[in-house]
Amino acid sequence: MLIYILRRVGFIILTMFLASIIIFSVTQLLPGDVAQVVLGQFATETAINNLREELGLNLPLHTQYLNWVTDFVRGDWGNSLTSRMPIRPMIMARLYNSAMLAGVALLIYVPIGIILGVIAALKRDKFLDRTISGISMAFVGLPEFVTGLLLITFLAIGMKWLPANSSINPDSTFSEAFKYLILPAITVSLTNIGYIARMTRSGTIDVLRTDYVRAAYLKGLSRWEVLVRHVLRNALLPTVTVVAMGIGWLLGGLIVTEQVFGYPGMGRLLVYAIERRDLPLIQASSMIIVAIFSLSNLGADILYSYLNPRIRFRK
Amino acid sequence: MINKTVQENDIQLDNKTVLSVRNLTVTYDTKAGPLDTVRNISLKINAGEVYGLVGESGSGKSTLARAIVRYLPANGRVSSGTVLLSGTDLMKLPMSEMRRIWGAKITMVHQDPGAAVNPSLPVGEQIAEVARVHLRMSKAEAREKAIEMLTKVRMPDPKSVMKRYAHQLSGGMLQRILIASAMVTNPQLIIMDEPTTALDVTTEAVILDLINELMKEYNTSIIYITHNLGVVARMCDRVGVMYAGELMEEGTIRQVFKSKLHPYTRGLLGCVPRIEASKSDVSLSSIPGFIPRPDQLPAGCIFAPRCSLVEGACMASRPSRVEAETGHFTACRRWEELKQKPELYTDAQQRREGSERIEGPLVLEARNVKKYFSVSGGLSSLWQRGPIEVKAVDDISIRVRGGFTMGIVGESGCGKTTFARCISGLDEATSGEIILEGERLPNTLLKRLPSQLKKIQMVFQNPDASLNPQHTVGDSVTRPLVLLGKLSKKQVQERVRELFKAVNLPEDYIHRLPHELSGGEKQRVAIARAFASDPTIMICDEPIASLDVSVQAALMNLLVKLQESKGTSYLFISHDLAAVRYLSDWIAVVYLGRIWEVGSAEDVFMPPYHPYTEALLSAIPIPDPDVRQERIRLVGSVPSAVNIPPGCRFHTRCPRKLGKICEEQEPTWQHVNEFHSICCHIQLDELRALQGAGSIRQTDNPGEVS
Repeated sequence: MLIYILRRVGFIILTMFLASIIIFSVTQLLPGDVAQVVLGQFATETAINNLREELGLNLPLHTQYLNWVTDFVRGDWGNSLTSRMPIRPMIMARLYNSAMLAGVALLIYVPIGIILGVIAALKRDKFLDRTISGISMAFVGLPEFVTGLLLITFLAIGMKWLPANSSINPDSTFSEAFKYLILPAITVSLTNIGYIARMTRSGTIDVLRTDYVRAAYLKGLSRWEVLVRHVLRNALLPTVTVVAMGIGWLLGGLIVTEQVFGYPGMGRLLVYAIERRDLPLIQASSMIIVAIFSLSNLGADILYSYLNPRIRFRK
Repeated sequence: MINKTVQENDIQLDNKTVLSVRNLTVTYDTKAGPLDTVRNISLKINAGEVYGLVGESGSGKSTLARAIVRYLPANGRVSSGTVLLSGTDLMKLPMSEMRRIWGAKITMVHQDPGAAVNPSLPVGEQIAEVARVHLRMSKAEAREKAIEMLTKVRMPDPKSVMKRYAHQLSGGMLQRILIASAMVTNPQLIIMDEPTTALDVTTEAVILDLINELMKEYNTSIIYITHNLGVVARMCDRVGVMYAGELMEEGTIRQVFKSKLHPYTRGLLGCVPRIEASKSDVSLSSIPGFIPRPDQLPAGCIFAPRCSLVEGACMASRPSRVEAETGHFTACRRWEELKQKPELYTDAQQRREGSERIEGPLVLEARNVKKYFSVSGGLSSLWQRGPIEVKAVDDISIRVRGGFTMGIVGESGCGKTTFARCISGLDEATSGEIILEGERLPNTLLKRLPSQLKKIQMVFQNPDASLNPQHTVGDSVTRPLVLLGKLSKKQVQERVRELFKAVNLPEDYIHRLPHELSGGEKQRVAIARAFASDPTIMICDEPIASLDVSVQAALMNLLVKLQESKGTSYLFISHDLAAVRYLSDWIAVVYLGRIWEVGSAEDVFMPPYHPYTEALLSAIPIPDPDVRQERIRLVGSVPSAVNIPPGCRFHTRCPRKLGKICEEQEPTWQHVNEFHSICCHIQLDELRALQGAGSIRQTDNPGEVS
């Protein structure tokens, strides 16, 4: 098992290396000169040249790349071009915010999705199943800006229960931020409940059909015991993987939701960086998002093999 | 002799009766309306009795068992009848009460032990939970109980097995787990649904012995469901023969297997090849047609359309259940005639005499074929130290003569299928030579010429997987003709029609898709396809294993007929020794990638034999209560082909092991006669002395069931 994890970590390093090449090349291909963008249209030739020198833009490409990678690995992610602030604390604050939102969203959508999925599987093809499957799938299809705006209209503007805008101070603590987290978390959850419910439903239906579940019923175990001990343990395996993989997306990919609510997470930081053509910021946050996705995939695989004895005890 | 028509409900209930089923009918609600899949069954099981329910697939035996425990699919229900368990009517109990019956008073042992054990719970837990729920034990007590049960089912090292998971145990061990958990509460009745069907014949024999011993110890009643008549004869006290949802014949094993008072019973028994007879001695009887669907039952006797004794009255009305002898019931009106005719088999028309039976021109020769699979490779090679080799086939040589059948037998995992795939070139032999009609063939299919390819054809085990579901079966047969033959379009069509005729399929089947055919029909198509290129040798890899006995018999007859008319040689691979004995002229016994005994079929089945052959023979379930078999059992399962034991590969399980020599030295070949050789350290004379008259023999004292 340890060997397996080490091997996977090795693969992540390889992934990061490949990603760094891609990110670096893509940022080189972006139209426009960085120094020009930073200094504005009316900057003088010398000012631009000075900045290019300062940023190392006049060096050969491979040297630029090597410098950037070694600095990144050492933890020196450079300064933002627009705000002139160090990038690392900036990303860390945003990551913390994203983690808060992710945590609240997971707490909402995972249990609800699983419960709905199990109910749908138990009542397969009956009215309740069709209702659950139908409604949850409808929300999967709705884009976040639609569900988000609907929620804002009803819960924030209509009922005035919750703030419509979640643009909190990036340094807020969890308790300060909590009430601003609810609406975006619900928005994210609505898209995900259907997905989780669907995975759980099909997993549970497959397991309910197995001989060992029939054997468990015919041992005289109660329905509840059969469900918890024999069915869910196996049926939730694929769901667990999907949830764990979803963490990467929650931390780094909630661009639309964060935008709708003005929430200062990783997604918005990336959008901001791209809008301003803030090259070091784009590069650093992209690398971090790649790392998050790789790690959450690894987490999903480790969790899966831990829960599945067929993999855990492989010779 | 009593001869009266029995009223269905005059089955007496005495205090010995554990289970009494009266007039039970099971109805499924389908789109086409309600279907009675099991009709009007009455039976009674006494304390300590093993009652066999036997019949082909679709006969309703599993449905009956599920109805007894009231565990039917959502659209199934018991529409009439009662089931009394020690006097309690189970049909009237609320489901919450049934839960106290399940696992406590009635337990079940399921068919496929690999699927019936939860893969993600330690197996010990799965035994202990029964004790917790029904015996109200604490976790620790239940654990102790589970260990005790594992010891009872002779599980080696029960304590460590407790913590293991299903995938870490062999099929035989898993079946022990299921038996252990079925016996925790010392139930009144255990329903065993094909408990050994998924196991190897040697493991099956060990599990059957275990069940027998436990039953004697606990005096538990058992309903034993199986399609295997040999297992019934070995295990059961009484047997009910089911057909299309009804009981056709019922009685003690001797009554049913000796008198056989229903043509269906006769048909089933006639389908099973006898261990002492081959294709040149007898033809198998087969039952034409199919089990009728419950919505298309004939008006009269439900077996009439397939019956060889059918007469006008059979079609007119349903025969009543007759008690021919005390406790022996039959649903055939012509039972008295049947009583006069004991024989089942018809003599084969063609007999080969003397040495002509085994000699002929050499067609196929395989010399020192080896196939090693390397487990490493791909990404796993990144962290593995050196490659791991699986020696699936490790030096096998055979010779097949023209127009004859070479049978290859062995347990699963012995390498017999890999060897077949090496001959056909599907797997490239690691080393060795394959010589066909004097011509050395490349080891891989890819390098063989079309003229070489057409000479070797193959019939696979699973016809569902070997026919393309998108192509009509006619297309499947046409392709080899187009690819390997140089025929005009018209000639091809003509040949396809001929081939379908040769395998007894109606011409209009040519345009059907595989899913419109039954398993047996699909296998006929596969055989037709194999014969399309007029092969010199046909490799049959367990071609009948997944089919019902009546279909098996029909296919074996077909193979024999085709061999006679076309002179094709067969390489017949099977774990079913009776089928191999029936079809083969030559037999090779394979264990862990090597041959240990080879000879003419008759010689191999007569002593002296290799201890492994001896064990295989003594494990075969034989559908004849008068046959006595020596009890030679193999311990454990086949060792992994990664770690092949040194010395004689069989020494770890050999019941006749001599000692150090077997562990250290490889045995050499000893020749019994010109054709029969054994690879063993034990001297032939000694083997003869040890094995005496052989491991299977007819007893002189009828009445003794081994």
